[in-house]
Amino acid sequence: MAMLEVTSLGISFGGLRAVDELSMKIEEGGLVGLIGPNGAGKTTVFNMLTGVYRPTDGGIRLDGQNLIGKKPHDICKMGVARTFQNIRLFSNLSVLDNVKTGLHNEITYTLAESLLHIGSYRKKERAMDGRAMELLEVFDLVSVADYKAANLPYGKQRKLEIARALATDPKLLLLDEPAAGMNPNETEELMETIELVRKKFGVTVLLIEHDMKLVSGICEYLYVLNFGRLLAEGTPSEVLSNPEVVTAYLGE
Amino acid sequence: MNKLKKYASTRSGRDTLLSFGIVIVAFIVVQTLVLTGSLSSSMKGLLVPICSYIIMAVSLNLTVGILGELSLGHAGFMSVGAFAGIVVTTSLADTVPSGTVRLILAIIVGAICAAIAGVIVGVPVLRLKGDYLAIVTLAFGEIIKNIINVLYVGKDASGLHFSILEQKFELAEGGKMIINGPMGVSGVSKLSSFTAGFVLILITLFIILNLINSRAGRAIMSVRDNKIAADSIGISTTHYKLMAFVISAAFAGMAGALYAMNYSTITAAKFDFNTSILILVFVVLGGLGNIWGSIIAATLLTLLPELLRAVNTYRMLIYAILLIAMMLFNNSSLKQRLLEKRGMKQMRKLEQQEKGGA
Repeated sequence: MAMLEVTSLGISFGGLRAVDELSMKIEEGGLVGLIGPNGAGKTTVFNMLTGVYRPTDGGIRLDGQNLIGKKPHDICKMGVARTFQNIRLFSNLSVLDNVKTGLHNEITYTLAESLLHIGSYRKKERAMDGRAMELLEVFDLVSVADYKAANLPYGKQRKLEIARALATDPKLLLLDEPAAGMNPNETEELMETIELVRKKFGVTVLLIEHDMKLVSGICEYLYVLNFGRLLAEGTPSEVLSNPEVVTAYLGE
Repeated sequence: MNKLKKYASTRSGRDTLLSFGIVIVAFIVVQTLVLTGSLSSSMKGLLVPICSYIIMAVSLNLTVGILGELSLGHAGFMSVGAFAGIVVTTSLADTVPSGTVRLILAIIVGAICAAIAGVIVGVPVLRLKGDYLAIVTLAFGEIIKNIINVLYVGKDASGLHFSILEQKFELAEGGKMIINGPMGVSGVSKLSSFTAGFVLILITLFIILNLINSRAGRAIMSVRDNKIAADSIGISTTHYKLMAFVISAAFAGMAGALYAMNYSTITAAKFDFNTSILILVFVVLGGLGNIWGSIIAATLLTLLPELLRAVNTYRMLIYAILLIAMMLFNNSSLKQRLLEKRGMKQMRKLEQQEKGGA
């Protein structure tokens, strides 16, 4: 059984059919790309997978469990984490605290312990610091751990967002245009990081991307969306040689 | 010593030390002034109100600065605490002889009642956002004031009696009205003291600063900074919004009980919209999310009208001008530059590192 099963997913906003009859299957441990021209409905798919939007029809199952109608924070607890196209960090918190916030449901203690700093407060906070620093190390962010997130350069903010998502210990990681706004060097580095993350954390990755180099470089399987419908699917070489895909991207 | 230095070098550590330091130093200075008799009686009369206002400002800062939701009805929770506290102290006057114990009980009951009011107000209000939320908190603040304004509470041998709109109960012989509708409360025994206020401020600071530096506090601040992202990492945003709002209301209730126990008569009209705005002014002037700023702003702005008594005719004019000047400074490029120095330093250091590394 596939880890993520999306069956005839669709959503309408008023008269606009943003996504229609989309079916996808992602196997555990896979690295799959969701590509398509601007406005194809890629981010809308992510928003449905994470509970931000409720689909009008179709089904989403993660390891056989239904995700439709669940709240975003419950879907996260079930093992789906994401990053955003327009970076959404907790900009007034430190880099370390951003990741520690991601550990919210991983290492827990009670409100009384929060208010009075008694019981397991110190022990759990230290455990959080340890875990968070490990994650920051993977993304080469240890040296900026006590910086305010808003003061980081763009590339590091992207990395911090992925680190924060990984802190929730997800099964499935959704990356929304992770390479957007990056220069070729940074993109290269990012590709390596994504590979590393997948191996080290054993996480399944679904990513939205415009950068064809990144997509064909690391994805094992691609879904191509156009006008909310599935245009093609297959391995990168299959998909990129598909004349319909080329037309959708480059025009007639 | 090294440990302390290290603690003081972190931002949260510095804020904690500063907040406690200011309060403790101020307490010692004021106590010395009182003992040497160099404090005028009008100043002495301000000591407990200042303590209450500090607690009000710090607790409102939790809603406005830490949670990031504008609340314009904070005085409503203060009045719930005040009148709940008065009911407790008056009805226990015979059974509990110790004034201190009654004050503590009044503060605890005041906090609990205000917290319950916080839940009742918070559940519908926190569904709204931004300006809408602010306006509705304003309305709730006024509703609370008006309910207490028509509340009659009396006590006799058979227990407590409540009624609303008019006095619908008859008290047995020897019975006593505690809250008398729009006439409010009179003949309250003065139980509050500056020391009680000081201790209560320390407790407030301890709990609120602890909260900020904890799992729950981070969750609350994450909701402020980015609600959608907070949701996406598994934080129930409604839960933490309500938590911050209710804790803030509970402390306002404590401040209200402390405040009420400082006067022999008090009416619901004291806790109106003007009071809510006054507290909000303390918070904004002291800086959103800045706890020690709230302490200083609450103290200064309560003392200022008193200090300006020498120029009585122009007192409120000067007060208003000073307030405008302080707000302008607070929002000025000069202060921004001072604050941003740290951020800029971090950025520049990073740029250099990257250049060096590449």
